[in-house]
Amino acid sequence: MTVDWSWISGHTDDLTTLTLSHLQAALTAVLLGLLISLPLAVVAHRVRPLRGFLLGLSNILFTIPSIAVFVLLLPISGLTRTTTVIGLTIYTLVVLLRNTVEGLDSVPARTKEAARAMGTRPLRTLLTVELPLALPVIMAGVRIATVMSISLVSVATYIGDGGLGQLFTDGFQRNYPTPVIVGVLLTLLSAVAADALLVALQYVLTPWKRRRA
Amino acid sequence: MYELLTNLGSWLTGTAQWSGSDGIANRLAEHLQYSLLATLIATAIGLPLGLLIGHTGRGAFLAINLASFGRALPTVGLVVLVFLASGLSMWPVYIALVALAVPAIVTNTYAGMTAVDPDVKDAARGQGMRAHQVLLQVELPLALPLIMTGLRLALIQVVATATIAAYVSFGGLGRYVFDGLAQRDLVQVLGGAVLVAAVAVVLDLALSGLQRFLFRHRTA
Repeated sequence: MTVDWSWISGHTDDLTTLTLSHLQAALTAVLLGLLISLPLAVVAHRVRPLRGFLLGLSNILFTIPSIAVFVLLLPISGLTRTTTVIGLTIYTLVVLLRNTVEGLDSVPARTKEAARAMGTRPLRTLLTVELPLALPVIMAGVRIATVMSISLVSVATYIGDGGLGQLFTDGFQRNYPTPVIVGVLLTLLSAVAADALLVALQYVLTPWKRRRA
Repeated sequence: MYELLTNLGSWLTGTAQWSGSDGIANRLAEHLQYSLLATLIATAIGLPLGLLIGHTGRGAFLAINLASFGRALPTVGLVVLVFLASGLSMWPVYIALVALAVPAIVTNTYAGMTAVDPDVKDAARGQGMRAHQVLLQVELPLALPLIMTGLRLALIQVVATATIAAYVSFGGLGRYVFDGLAQRDLVQVLGGAVLVAAVAVVLDLALSGLQRFLFRHRTA
């Protein structure tokens, strides 16, 4: 179980390409997941009967093994990046939807009443009052979804994609640990870096949180 | 789509499909064995660790970052890595599944412990309870709902991920997914996926039932 350093230095270009492709898949999935879960969360937040249904549905999607999701998407989108992104997006939904609903729930009723009393229209209240106040909880979900997606991309290696996951199949088939170790470490590093960036983003997006501290 | 579903129906209900060493009954038993044993080991590691961190208040940083780290660790990579190191054994499967489950258990246990009202702990100490009595008779019962949430989350993830055992040539319901992938047999993949999801949902319901039974005397 020794690391072959010459392999690493000989493959820096490949490793960069794989890491970028890996991150692209994960981040696209999180963005798509946000685009889908934001409106759904608003609906789940306002229409009580739909809330249990939507959250329950996303929970069930979460129980399906990721490899099966990728394979089952094959007849629809084939051996492409699209399949990877759709599969990952499905998994981000459970976290993003739940956190966004909880975030909207956490906005004090008085704040919303104050907005209404000032004559703010519902859509504007949602965009300028509720969503900003829900942001910390939503961002917590985005962070979890991002880290989870980055780790899950490698499963798509079974359908010929998978970014850094390709290093795992490569190492497995050749009985050669170096690419596997490098792949695991680069995945962890990418996740840590993405998470740190999101913390910074949240800091920038919530200036009112800073003044109090 | 309709044809796929009828084929799936006959695949799931065929008697030949259920018997034998590669039959559904046996694969189901293997899958349950991997998942339950891994979750049990993870609980034996994660629960005391979470209780300790929550009780002493030390190592909170570790608990929070462990969760992040656990989520970021690519399971496929871990399985392959342990496989290359240990050869053909059950180690890769169990190590990967336990590594997946421990963070969820530790962080939820820790969260449950920190949510216990400090006044209640003070009162317990004021009545002369010793540290271990406070931990076991006050903090643990009060933290139990969140601990159970962590266990349920861990179990769902482990059941879904135990599929990977088939990748390193072991059994479980993942056999159908990987064999189906290799043979381009979609019905088999779908059958495997449906069974795994069903196992996860049933186990989750069982745990939530257990939780309700344990707390039947508690009024909200």
